[in-house]
This record gives sequence, structure tokens and C-alpha cells, in this order.
Amino acid sequence: MQRYSLLSLLRHGLNRHTTWAPAWRSPPLRERYDVIVIGAGGHGLATAYYLTKEHGITDIAVLESGWLGGGNIARNTVTIRSNYMRDASIPFYVKSVALYEQMTRELNFNTMHSRRGMIDVIQTWGMMRDRRRRQHIMDLHGSTYEQITTAELRRRIPALTGGGAEARLPILGGFIHPEAAVNRHDAVAWAYARAIDAMGGEIHQQTPVTQLMRGPDGRIAGVVTPRGVIRAPKVAVAVSGHTTTLTETAGLRLPLRTMNLTAFVSEPVQPLIDVIVNCPDAGFYLSQSDKGELVIGGAPDPGQSFRRDIKQTVFEDTVSAMLSLFPAFKGLKMLRQWGGHLDIAHDASPIQDETDVPGLFVTAGWWGGYKAIPAGGLTLAHLVATGRPHPLMAPFSIKRFRHLDYVMESGTTTAR
Amino acid sequence: MMLIPCPFCGPRTESEFAYGGPVRPPRPDPATTAEADWVGWLTEVPNPLGPVEERWCHLRGCGSWLTLWRDTRTHAIVGGPQDAE
Ligand SMILES: Cc1cc2nc3c(=O)[nH]c(=O)nc-3n(C[C@H](O)[C@H](O)[C@H](O)COP(=O)(O)OP(=O)(O)OC[C@H]3O[C@@H](n4cnc5c(N)ncnc54)[C@H](O)[C@@H]3O)c2cc1C
Ligand SMILES: [Zn+2]
Repeated sequence: MQRYSLLSLLRHGLNRHTTWAPAWRSPPLRERYDVIVIGAGGHGLATAYYLTKEHGITDIAVLESGWLGGGNIARNTVTIRSNYMRDASIPFYVKSVALYEQMTRELNFNTMHSRRGMIDVIQTWGMMRDRRRRQHIMDLHGSTYEQITTAELRRRIPALTGGGAEARLPILGGFIHPEAAVNRHDAVAWAYARAIDAMGGEIHQQTPVTQLMRGPDGRIAGVVTPRGVIRAPKVAVAVSGHTTTLTETAGLRLPLRTMNLTAFVSEPVQPLIDVIVNCPDAGFYLSQSDKGELVIGGAPDPGQSFRRDIKQTVFEDTVSAMLSLFPAFKGLKMLRQWGGHLDIAHDASPIQDETDVPGLFVTAGWWGGYKAIPAGGLTLAHLVATGRPHPLMAPFSIKRFRHLDYVMESGTTTAR
Repeated sequence: MMLIPCPFCGPRTESEFAYGGPVRPPRPDPATTAEADWVGWLTEVPNPLGPVEERWCHLRGCGSWLTLWRDTRTHAIVGGPQDAE
């Protein structure tokens, strides 16, 4: 792998940037691999990376229907945090945040990690209770959550001028989660892709899987693609909102449904907000990108959805919620909107397990699962390589539904 | 924007309605139902690229509940399960 450094930048710059080697190859597709990973989003790429790095498995193909890093990872608002609710969830997210913090060094790729903290703006006593409860559980697991006064909240977010005594929901106070960060989603996908390639793994773009193939013994045998049948004794499905579309081809049913979560960005403005602002009672969250745009998200579409655009009703609800707390943003022009297909499990926690089809693994239900990418890849690689669940993921097996042992998680969505 | 047919008020804009979740088959008797079917009823809903059956409530209107089929790819209200857009 050609290492990136100030020196390499200077050297290739002198050659007018014509001498950089490609960051990954496009090798010919073979008929057989030890492991097939379906989906070159964050979770698929991280899984392939850790399969090689931690377990020495190099005969891997990552199959991607579009281009790598072009799915939900490209559509998310990059909030990285560990302020979840459940004992099972928090240690996993603490690990994931820690892995993100070391990613730039580990992968020799600038992921532009910016640990800027997140502030929750609390406007109802029910939400205050929810956050206090989270704080007590987070205290146990080494994730930080601190209550701050309304005065302190307004000092840290000067643009937040709404929510005063005369408002319908006056601000009662806030909670700050200092570990929260944003980074650059493309860099994360590309950094993993480059590392996988350097260690011998293959990434095949424009290679959609249309069917999972089972052998006569019921085990997974491989996958069908328009480029031909590809065989492998182990297949990992990491396709986000299309999990059930694919697992149904192997006769599986999973407790997942797909929804459309959306976001939009404003025109770039001067530096204005240096934390991630989350307003769960009003129903929106925002942060300012390095380019100066405000990146804004709200609630998902009501009901299941495979659309990828924002509905007028959702847009209006989110904008009016935002203006109730940031009335000055009335003058902002909005530049772009988009959505993404995310699957959510019955209890709103992820599912990562070997399925009833031996050799077939799924990692799914990653609602708000960008923050989970490094740890999700680490744990899935462990499961695929060793056949045993990683301790951080053990509570999230499919069997929990069979035992009616749900991990109800209210920390999953940022906004609500 | 969806126009949702309220049984009382007629077609009204989506923003007046609240989503009430997918329609499920009647609750089976857990004592006489196979375990897999019972867990399935509790936790699984169909997740097609196509029509789903769901409940909506005319919350900011007359308060009526209704059932409709909606195509998850387009959000168009359709006649039934086979009636994909
Ligand atoms: C608007 C929005 C905002 C979000 N904000 C946040 C946030 O702030 N913080 C956070 O933690 N999370 C957030 N998320 C969630 C996050 O984006 C997802 O949880 C995460 O990206 C899902 O994992 P992934 O990266 O592996 O998915 P993806 O990037 O979707 O990867 C799946 C890949 O599989 C491919 N694929 C699908 N079907 C097939 C097939 N049949 N064959 C081959 N390939 C296939 C797709 O093309 C895709 O590239 C947000 C999501 C959205 C939509
Ligand atoms: Zn009505």
C-alpha cells in the first residue's frame, strides 16, 4: 500500500498528481471464495477488513450492487456517539466510538474525525427523566452524559434563541455527551477499501446479488449475480434496508422492516454552531459541516418505505420544529434533500447472527448504524471466523426474539 | 403528498393523519400455536417492495380510523396486495 503523508503529497504534487497509484484494484471476479460479503457499505467493508486483520482470512470478495460507499453510508449525517439506553448497547457503542477515534492513524487515511460533543435540548419532563435514566446507565459503562443548565446551553449554542419562557415548550435544560463526533463518511469507506485491497481482499462493484443459493444439505452454497454464480461456504449479508429482500430468497423471515430516513442541508454560512445539537422534543437535530452547511435531520417517513426522497410533510414538520428553536434560520436557503432505506428490528436493536441457514450470516437493523460501523465489522468478523459471537454482540442474536428477550432501545434515533 | 380517503371526511391531505402501524392478522392463542408462528406473529411484518396494508387515523380531523394499502416504493395508495404501482 502506498502510504499517505505530507511527503507523498509534496512528491506527487510536484508531478501534478499524475503519479498516485489507484487506492484499490479491480481484479477479475473468481468463481469461489472462502467468504463472500454482500454490500460494500460501512458494515460490509469493516467486516472484510477485520476478517483479514484479526483472523488472517484473505480469500474474501465484497460484492456491491452499485459503487462502494454509495449506499446509506453516503446518505447519513455522520453523528458518532454512545449515549444509548441499554446495558447491552452502551459498551458496544463505546467501543465503536473508540475505534473511530483511532481510525485515521490505523488506516493511514484522514477521516476528519471531529470530537465536538452533542447537546440534547430538553423541553419536557418525560424527556428529562429519559435522559437522567440514560445518564445513570451510561455511568456504569464509561460513556459520559452530563446535565447542563439552560443558561449554559444558550452560552454554548448562541444561535439557539427560541424555547424561552413564552414558548409552547420552554427549554428545561440540556444534556451534553462530550464523546460525540462527526467525521467524513467517504473517507471511512475509502480507507477500509484501500486497507482490504492492500491485505489481499477483493471488492467487486456493479455486482448485485439477486439470489442466495443453498446446497442440498441446506447450507449456504453461494450467490447468484448477473456476472455468474459465485460459491463460498460462508456468506455475510450487510445490505442495510434490503436485508429482507435478499434473505427471503433463502426462505428466511426476519423481524425487520424498512423505513426511509431523510436529511437536508442549507447553503454554507459562517461558523455558527460547533456542537451537534439534538432536540428530541421538537423532533430534529443538526450540525454544521466543515463546508459551513447546516446538516439537518428529523423523523422518518411514517410507515414502511423504499423511497429515497423527503416527503413534503416531513420536510415541513422538521423545518417548523427547527424554526421554533432557531428562528433566525428562517432566512436560510436549503440546497439538497435525500433519504435512505434503513431496516429496523422489532425492538429497535441490531441483529447480528448466523441464520437458520448454516453459513449464512446477517448484520442488520442498523438504524443509526453509521456510528456502529467499526465495532459492527469487528464483531461480525469474529462471528464469521470463529463461529462464536463476539461478547459485545452476544445480546443481539436472532435468538433473542425466540426467547422473547427483546433489547428495547430508545437511544436508536437521534431525534426521537 | 398523499391524499388519504377518510371514511367520514373524504380525501384529505396526509399531514392531517397519524400512522397507526401495519395491519396484523388476529392474535392467535399462544397455548395452541406453534412457537415459531407465535414469535412470528409477535415480531414479523411483511416488508415488501410493494403494497402493505396499514392503519391510519384522521387525528387532526374527525378522529376516524381507516385501513389502506400503500405501495412502499411510491407511497401511492393502491387497491390491494396485487395492485402494485
Ligand atoms: C438520512 C440518514 C441519516 C443518518 N444519520 C446517521 C447518523 O447521524 N449517525 C449514524 O450512526 N447513522 C446514521 N444513519 C444510518 C446509517 O447510514 C446506516 O445505519 C448505515 O450506513 C448502514 O450500514 P452500511 O453503511 O453498511 O449501509 P449501506 O451503505 O447502505 O451499505 C449497504 C450496501 O449494500 C448494497 N446492496 C444492497 N443490496 C445489494 C445486493 N442485492 N447485492 C449487492 N449489494 C447490495 C448497497 O448498494 C449498499 O452499498 C443515517 C441514515 C440516513 C438515511
Ligand atoms: Zn376524517
